[in-house]
Amino acid sequence: MSKVEPAELVIIGAGPAGMAAAITSANYGNRVVLLDEQPSPGGQIYRNVTHSTHLRDKILGTDFQHGRALTSKLKQPQIDYRPNAKVWRVDDDGQICYSIEDKATRITGKQIIIATGALERPVPVPGWTLPGAMTAGAVQILLKSSGLLPTQAVLAGAGPLLYLLAAQMIRAGVPPLAIVETQQRRDYISAARYLPVAMGNWPLLGKGLRLLAEIRRAGTPRYTTANNIKITGSSDVQGIQFSSSGKHHEIECNCVLLHQGVVPNTQISRLLRLTHSWHPQQHCFVPNTVAHGKTDNPIFQIAGDGAGISGALAAEHQGKLCALNALQQLGAADQTIIETEQSVTLKQLNREHRARPFLDTLYAPPTEALAPASDTIICRCEEVTAGAIRQQIPKGCTGPNQTKAFSRCGMGPCQGRYCGLTVTEILARENALAHDEVGAYRIRAPIKPVTVSELASLHE
Amino acid sequence: MKLTRIEPLADNEITFTFDGKVISAASGDTIAAALLAAGVTATRHTPVNGSARAPFCMMGACYDCLVEIDGVAVQACMTEALPGLQVQRTTLSASIE
Repeated sequence: MSKVEPAELVIIGAGPAGMAAAITSANYGNRVVLLDEQPSPGGQIYRNVTHSTHLRDKILGTDFQHGRALTSKLKQPQIDYRPNAKVWRVDDDGQICYSIEDKATRITGKQIIIATGALERPVPVPGWTLPGAMTAGAVQILLKSSGLLPTQAVLAGAGPLLYLLAAQMIRAGVPPLAIVETQQRRDYISAARYLPVAMGNWPLLGKGLRLLAEIRRAGTPRYTTANNIKITGSSDVQGIQFSSSGKHHEIECNCVLLHQGVVPNTQISRLLRLTHSWHPQQHCFVPNTVAHGKTDNPIFQIAGDGAGISGALAAEHQGKLCALNALQQLGAADQTIIETEQSVTLKQLNREHRARPFLDTLYAPPTEALAPASDTIICRCEEVTAGAIRQQIPKGCTGPNQTKAFSRCGMGPCQGRYCGLTVTEILARENALAHDEVGAYRIRAPIKPVTVSELASLHE
Repeated sequence: MKLTRIEPLADNEITFTFDGKVISAASGDTIAAALLAAGVTATRHTPVNGSARAPFCMMGACYDCLVEIDGVAVQACMTEALPGLQVQRTTLSASIE
């Protein structure tokens, strides 16, 4: 067996949370290993920011360029940044298995910060598996990493990212054909009560209003209070159908970009058997954390959107707080200095959290996306419909892990990343159980595909 | 789906093959980005029902962009399109039944 590399602090993920954690640790003179699966740092939010062009910077805006304030500080001797590192196993004793270019390696951290961010919430509407149907985030990645944009796209769903992407497409001279918005009048009414608190983060709300103004000036059609969304086409996307304000609409297009917000990526926290709780406002499971990132296991902390969705700036503060916690655990910094920095960072973090309940309520995912009609595919990999799950219930299927045995739902290559929440939601509704009672898929290693030769390389 | 490049390829261009067909890409593109930009509609067909699929999430989570290189299935959105690479459609099929 090859040796296991010992490390003080290991951080998984080089998005805003992971980068801020690494920089904080280095500021205190502490060495840190930063593992990331992408070729360059930034996470999805600052994807490819180190290789951006002048034109892309202009289109993506100053919030994107802010990523370089973090990436520029990674180049210091205390930060051992390892790109293209695919983490495929993490054990509760702090041992991590990862591969770089088919060579597997093991490292053990005395302290580990999980900063693996978020995934787009699954939006299982009819036709969402057709070529041409993508997540809104996927097209942002195409824009950031390759300068590519779809020429005939309709944006459908709810959430700030939908407007941000629309504005970026407008700036690039490739505007979307339309925006189909699923938030209903009742969502605005429910969200209103959180508006006074949200005003505490007025720069964020101001940004949102400016995006909406930009879209209005460009004359992009917006269909509000939409529902019954269906993507049409037999071998690829040919159009989108929906109701808006009680009227039926059809738009011809070859690309539909879906978005209903993002949800924590809990693959590693689930793999570690850490406890999770249902977050009713964010409609997803979040790992249980205390003192800004500490989990049930004293070795592991979670920073950023992986601990609950708060956005990129909050992730930065959380990353810093987790690093300070870790330094405390390792006895690597002066207690009073750490406490001062903690209290300053906490204030900044609290400001970032203020707009969250307002945004979560206003852009709450609609029922048709959470628990879709029975003929809609929910497991993209194994092509299992919502109806197939519902049919299993009278046969004694009460938990997500049983749906695997009954239908192979969640057993394809994505390992339940894109059907897990939907399966929990359907079972909760049909059995009239709380989401926490239904639970989630049991995640097992390897969480990324590994070849036999990769496994064998551990013994070289 | 049709994509447009906001910047010219110029001297940035590289080529690789997909099922023998020459695909032009920008250096640094992932295979998934390059296939979408080249107008390849379906990058694979599912082993269950044979339905057409293409890259969906572009961040390594959905596995809908699986392709093969040297007989090994890889995620096209997590693999850089290198000059001269020979990429194939996956031959995975439903063989369990």
